[in-house]
Amino acid sequence: MRKLLITVAILLAVHTAFLVFSPRGTEAVADPDATRVGIVLDVGGRGDKSFNDGAYAGADSAMKRLGADIRFIEPGEGADREAGLRLLAAEGMDLIMGIGFIFTDDLIVLSREYPNSNFAGVDFSVGTDEAGNVIPPPPNVAALKFREEEGSFLVGALAALVGNSKRVGFIGGMDIPLIHKFEAGYRAGVKHVCPDCTVVAQYAGVTPEAFANPGRGKELALSQYQSGVNVIFHASGATGGGLFEAARATGKLAIGVDADQAAEAPGRVLTSMIKGVNAAVYDAVARVDGKTFKGGVYSFGLAEGGVGYVYDDNNRALIPDAVHRRVEQIKADIIAGRIKVPSTR
Amino acid sequence: MNPFDFITQTLRIAVPYLFAASGGLVAERAGIVSLTLEGFMLSGAFSATLGSYYSGSAVIGVLAGAAGGLLFGLLHGIATVRFRADQVVSGIAVNLLVIGLTQVILMLLFDSSSNSPRVEGFQAGLSGFGDPLVWMGLASVPVVAFLLYRTPFGLRIQAAGEHPEAAASVGINVRFVRYVAVAISGVLAGLGGVYLALDQHQFTNNMTAGRGFIAIAAVIFGRWNPWLAGGACLLFATAETLQIQLQGVGGIPSQFIGMIPYVLTIVALAGLMGRAVAPAALGRAED
Repeated sequence: MRKLLITVAILLAVHTAFLVFSPRGTEAVADPDATRVGIVLDVGGRGDKSFNDGAYAGADSAMKRLGADIRFIEPGEGADREAGLRLLAAEGMDLIMGIGFIFTDDLIVLSREYPNSNFAGVDFSVGTDEAGNVIPPPPNVAALKFREEEGSFLVGALAALVGNSKRVGFIGGMDIPLIHKFEAGYRAGVKHVCPDCTVVAQYAGVTPEAFANPGRGKELALSQYQSGVNVIFHASGATGGGLFEAARATGKLAIGVDADQAAEAPGRVLTSMIKGVNAAVYDAVARVDGKTFKGGVYSFGLAEGGVGYVYDDNNRALIPDAVHRRVEQIKADIIAGRIKVPSTR
Repeated sequence: MNPFDFITQTLRIAVPYLFAASGGLVAERAGIVSLTLEGFMLSGAFSATLGSYYSGSAVIGVLAGAAGGLLFGLLHGIATVRFRADQVVSGIAVNLLVIGLTQVILMLLFDSSSNSPRVEGFQAGLSGFGDPLVWMGLASVPVVAFLLYRTPFGLRIQAAGEHPEAAASVGINVRFVRYVAVAISGVLAGLGGVYLALDQHQFTNNMTAGRGFIAIAAVIFGRWNPWLAGGACLLFATAETLQIQLQGVGGIPSQFIGMIPYVLTIVALAGLMGRAVAPAALGRAED
C-alpha cells in the first residue's frame, strides 16, 4: 500500500511539473497574426497519394505562400473525427476544415455551437428537404463540392477507347451516393463512345473502412482483370492501392483518382481523374486570410478546372493522339453544355 | 470466371484467416481467450513492413513480422498468465494498443499516420501462389493439428485448457505451456498480417480490417478443432469470393452474401449445429 502511494505521488509530481515546464518546441507559432487553420483529414490519411494528400498539398502551399499556420489531425476511429473538429474549434482557429463527406453532420453541429468561427467541408453533402429543395449549409460553412461525374465521364470515354475490350471496370470504396457520382459519370462516358460496352462496377464495402482495405481492392481488381476487363478506374481511397498492385501483377491498366497516381504503378496508369482538392483547400484558406470568406455552396467542375484528367509525359505513350483529340472534344462539349453528364446511377 | 481463378482467389483470401485461426486455436486450447488476433495480425503486418523497408528483403520482413506477433503474444501472456489479468480485457487492450502504436510509429518514421512507403515483397505471380506465405498459410492447419494431437506438448496444451489443476498435479508447468501457446498464436497470427502487408507492398493503417475477428469466429465455428476451423476459414473465404464475383451481376444484393460468415457464426454459437464446446478452462487464470 505504501509503495502504491509513493508511486502515485511521484507520478502526480511529474504530471504537475509538466504543466509548468512545457518541453521546448511545442510553441511553434511564429507569427501571432498568421491565419490559423485546423484541418481534420479523412479515412486513408496522409500518404494515401490521393484525396488526403491533395488536401495536404493545398494546405502546404497556403502555409508557404500565405504564411498560414495550419494544424492537421488524422483521426483514427470514427468518434475521433468529431473530437478533432471540436478540439480545433475550441482553440479558436480562424478556419476549421473537414476533408471528406463524412464530416458533414459534425460540421453542421459545430458551426451552430461556434457561430463566430468559419468552417469548410470538402465534399460536404448538401441535403434536400422532402420537397426536394436544397437545404443550404449554415451561414458560416462553405461546402466545397466537386462535379466528379464530369471528370469521370472523360476517363470513362478514355477507358473504353483505349481498353480494347467490351468490358470496362470500376471499383468504388464505400457504397454511397458520393461514390455513385463517380460511377454514374464513368458509366455514361463509357457508353458515350461505346454503347455496347459493359461496365463492371464493384464496391469494397458499406462502411468507411472500405476506403482503407487494399487487400479487398486487390482481389476485386484481379477478378475484374481475369473476367476480361483491361482498364479499371477506382474511387476508393487507400483501397485503390490494391488496384495498382493488381495492375502491376497483370500488366493491365488502372486509372487513378483525386490526384495524379502515375507513380503507383509506373507505365500501368492510363490516367488519373484529378480532383482539385488542393485548389479548393488553398482557396478557402486564402479567402479567410483576405477576410472575404463566405458560407455557401461552391461547386468545382471541368469549367472551373476543379476536375480533369492527367495527360503528360508519363502516359502520353499509352494514349493515341486521335483518342486524346476525341476526349478533348468531349471535354469541350461538356463545358459548353452540349453533353449532359448524369450524377446519379 | 473459370474455376481455377475462383479457387486461387478463395485460397488467397483464406490465407490470413488460416494463419490467424490456427494461432488462435493453439492459444484457446491452452485456455487463453484469443480476442487479440486482430492486434497480433496488425503488429505482424506493421513489423513486416518495417523489416522489409529497412532491409530491402522480404524474407527479413517475414522474420520481423513474426517477431512483431511474438512480442504482443508475450505481452498478452504476461498480462494474463503472470498477472492473471482478465483475458478479454487484456485482449481488447492489446488490440487498441497496436492500433495506436502503429499509427504513432508511422507518424514518427514516415510523417503519415496512415500509410507506409512501398516495400519489397515476394514475386507472387498472377495466381498469387509464388508467395511462400500462401503455402505457409495453407500448411498452418495441418501443422497445428499435428502439434495438438500428435505431440506430447500438444497434449499438455489441451490439458492446460481443459483442467489446469489436474495438469499441474501431474507435474505439467501450466504457466509455461500457456506462455508458449500464446507465443505461438502471436507468431502465427502475425504471419497472417505479414501476408497482407507484403502482398500489398505497403502498410495501411488498420489494414487487417476485422480479419482477426473473422478468424476467432472460424475457431468457434470450427468448435476448437483445427481441421474444422480451417474448413470454416475456407467457407468464409468462399463467401467473400462469391460476394466479389456476384457484385454487379444483379439479382442478389452483395450485402446478403457478405453477411454469410456472420450469420453462420451466430447459427453455430446458438447451438443449431450441435453444441460448440469451448475448452473447459478457457478464460480462467491458472491457480
